[in-house]
Amino acid sequence: MVKGLIGKKIGMTQIFDEAGVAVPVTLIEAGPCYVTQVRLPEKEGYAAVQLGFGEVAPKRLTSGELGHLKKHALPPLRFLREFRLKNTDCKVGDKVTVDVFGVGERVDVVGTSKGKGFAGVVKRYHFSGGIKTHGASDRVRAPGASSSTTTPGRVYKGTRRAGHMGNARVTAQGLKVVLVDPERNLLGVRGAIPGPKGGLVLIKEARKQ
Amino acid sequence: MIDLNKNFGTEINPNIPELRPGDTVSVHVRIKEGGRERIQEFKGMVIRLRKGGNNANFTVRRTASNGIGVERTFLMHSPRIDKVVVERHARVRRAQLYFLRGRTGKRATLKQKFD
Repeated sequence: MVKGLIGKKIGMTQIFDEAGVAVPVTLIEAGPCYVTQVRLPEKEGYAAVQLGFGEVAPKRLTSGELGHLKKHALPPLRFLREFRLKNTDCKVGDKVTVDVFGVGERVDVVGTSKGKGFAGVVKRYHFSGGIKTHGASDRVRAPGASSSTTTPGRVYKGTRRAGHMGNARVTAQGLKVVLVDPERNLLGVRGAIPGPKGGLVLIKEARKQ
Repeated sequence: MIDLNKNFGTEINPNIPELRPGDTVSVHVRIKEGGRERIQEFKGMVIRLRKGGNNANFTVRRTASNGIGVERTFLMHSPRIDKVVVERHARVRRAQLYFLRGRTGKRATLKQKFD
């Protein structure tokens, strides 16, 4: 069984557990996915499974993509993503649905975080900025000193500065599955996941169990 | 994409009747203390109702001792609400009765509506 899924983030809500406590939940429209390729250590040098998600009109894909899917009589799929898995016990054409994950399991969710553009150090690295009063109104969100003086006479590599923030691959690790609905292809995980509503996410078994 | 405001998993608590702003209600909440479960009553006036799918809630305001106002928000979908008793309706002209916060005593009462 392939322990991986591609999905779309729907958004956050809350549901109640048996004790009546409200649990924050992110809902993901996950699957159905199809196994589109199996990579084997003997052939490709590593074990992985390529999954496809999101049926589209054939004209949305290039003829190369269509040919790759047509070989195994698969529908046209918009997203193809590879999952490094130890257990590649499946064959091309297999359908993967939300029921590969059970309630209570831990998963990692990979997404692309919301882009923040060119951000200053206060937003990007949670610097505290300067003081607001005593004539320092132009240093409220300033980074302060970036290094020492003549020794070393340079700024160390890796010093945190302003720059592009967000729009990067982010993994939310060890999230608990609290809802599995195979009828609506819905998966609910406790807590937040990266990315905007409608963003593509990958769901994997948690690395740190 | 699936509509988030539709309910997922939980239905609105059947013990909650239709509420309106200005209603004087008594909310019975199940509270777990150690192994025991008991019911706590909270009596006051509904000052706002909020929609929003699973997050729908309502706020009840009551005046505790020494005239200190206490507001408590309850989730419409919470299974912990044992029952809600509507004791009276009031004539109100707005949806959120925040103006009651600045009032005490007789000025904080509303005209009763019979129906």
